[in-house]
Amino acid sequence: MAELRTETMTVNMGPQHPSTHGVLRLVLELDGEVITSARPTIGYLHTGIEKTAEQKKWQQVVPLVERMDYLAAQSNSLAYVLSVEKLLGLEMPQRVRDIRVLIAELQRIASHLIWLGTHAMEIGAVSMLFYAIRERELLLNINELLAGFRFFPSYFRIGGLREDLPRGFHEAVSAFLDRFPKKVDEYEALLSKNDIFMRRTQGVGVISHDEALAWGLLGPIARASGSDYDVRKYFPYCGYETYDFSVPTATEGDVYARYRVRMRELRESVRISRQAITRIPPAGAWACGDPRVVPPPKDKVYTEMEALIQHFLIYSQGFTVPAGDAYVPVEGPRGEHGVYVVSDGTNRPWRIKMRAPSFMAIQALPKLVEGGLIADVVAVIGSTDVVMGDCDR
Amino acid sequence: MDSAAIIDRLTGVVPGGAYEAGASIDFATLYVPADRLVETCRALRDTPSLRFNVLVEVTTADYLPRDPRFEVVYHLLSIPNRLRLRLKVRVGAAGSLPTIQAVWPSAGWLEREVWDMFGIVFDDHPDLRRLLMPEDWEGHPQRKDYPVQIRKAAQTYEPLEISEEEFKANLERDRIRRTH
Repeated sequence: MAELRTETMTVNMGPQHPSTHGVLRLVLELDGEVITSARPTIGYLHTGIEKTAEQKKWQQVVPLVERMDYLAAQSNSLAYVLSVEKLLGLEMPQRVRDIRVLIAELQRIASHLIWLGTHAMEIGAVSMLFYAIRERELLLNINELLAGFRFFPSYFRIGGLREDLPRGFHEAVSAFLDRFPKKVDEYEALLSKNDIFMRRTQGVGVISHDEALAWGLLGPIARASGSDYDVRKYFPYCGYETYDFSVPTATEGDVYARYRVRMRELRESVRISRQAITRIPPAGAWACGDPRVVPPPKDKVYTEMEALIQHFLIYSQGFTVPAGDAYVPVEGPRGEHGVYVVSDGTNRPWRIKMRAPSFMAIQALPKLVEGGLIADVVAVIGSTDVVMGDCDR
Repeated sequence: MDSAAIIDRLTGVVPGGAYEAGASIDFATLYVPADRLVETCRALRDTPSLRFNVLVEVTTADYLPRDPRFEVVYHLLSIPNRLRLRLKVRVGAAGSLPTIQAVWPSAGWLEREVWDMFGIVFDDHPDLRRLLMPEDWEGHPQRKDYPVQIRKAAQTYEPLEISEEEFKANLERDRIRRTH
């Protein structure tokens, strides 16, 4: 019998592959169908946002950071405004903190819905994408109601919010929160006990608890491997310590465990949102009272000289931020989002660095896929929920 | 736990480490000398009362025209003790740092990004290549003396050209091989 040829094959996956969530490129070394090595290449979506931000005034950076992780825009901007407010030493009124919690949780639901739809579709459950997008549409409508912009509302501002809540906001959110839990039941009925889905995901892409932390995978990936680290519980911000919710965890560390953790996070987000919407009075403060940062109300601008000057100063020169540095993390849909800001005391940031959970997840991707089958790569990438805009920034 | 308490615990474990508490408004900040960085990180990870088991972030700020020019910033997290810590290392324009991949493997890409963006060399880094910028890029864009908007000529490569004779010879050679 002739000797079998045993050379390995190199397969180039991406950067235009539909399952790579943007423009991730993987160079896979295959022995038959088994992956012996995987080398990710990133940078195709690098837009230099951190460099651009150094040329902008502090408030102008908010729309920029929202475009980093484009599926969780308001999680990015929340991290950014909290960091700058830390430097400024601003305290937000209770109503602003509750609105921020509510919007951050709705953003988490919207982001998880895209993850659920694309992840299930890549494994073969194509109809999931349509069901998930159907509910996400309602959340985009809420964004549109808030700020007139569906993807990147820039509703969080340094010093509070852009403006007060619009009319009909409470009704729209309540209608969504009443409808959504039943839809999560439907998703779970389609997937959680689905034989094909379970066989494709159980025991695939396993990472242990210690390895997940050593690779910096804070977030749903670490929680699916047995960690209970959640920024909302460990380092509460925006008053999360006053909300009643639990942190879903699993111990298997495979793709199915990450699926279960995120599905339960959807339910927990609904729980937090319900508490938040009952705490938010229909009218009240929507920004802190600091005149350095928040422009005076329009009726004063039109009638008082000092208010007009202050308005002009804020919109032309911006405000200055005391020199120093701060890092404030928030629990984003993909894990710990944090922004490290450095100020030199002027009206423009000296340095901004976004801690990108997708960056860490892609770095650890070879750990997850090596030794597995090539068909499982797609399932593993989907389960890490990476967004290349977040990774490359 | 404040910076002084952490320095107290470290000086017992790392001999000769001249630490310095940095000003901060959120959590403890230490200035670490570059030659003691790896030992310090290992001590921070392994000392039971500290146990900084996660490297959250490595980044750099360029304080041109200050000398030394760069501050490399490491953000650490201790999940068991609910602590955060910021390490800063001062690096000059042509300076270099040891890699801390042996302590936390997640440092690999983070240090690569710092090299890519600031040109700070990490000694003994196994894979110090461009990460976000193209492989043939010149300069380090996040440095403060790097212009924001530059015009860069489009990269073109000579098209592959072979003569008609070479083309026919290739075909011929191929045909002969296939008949074997």
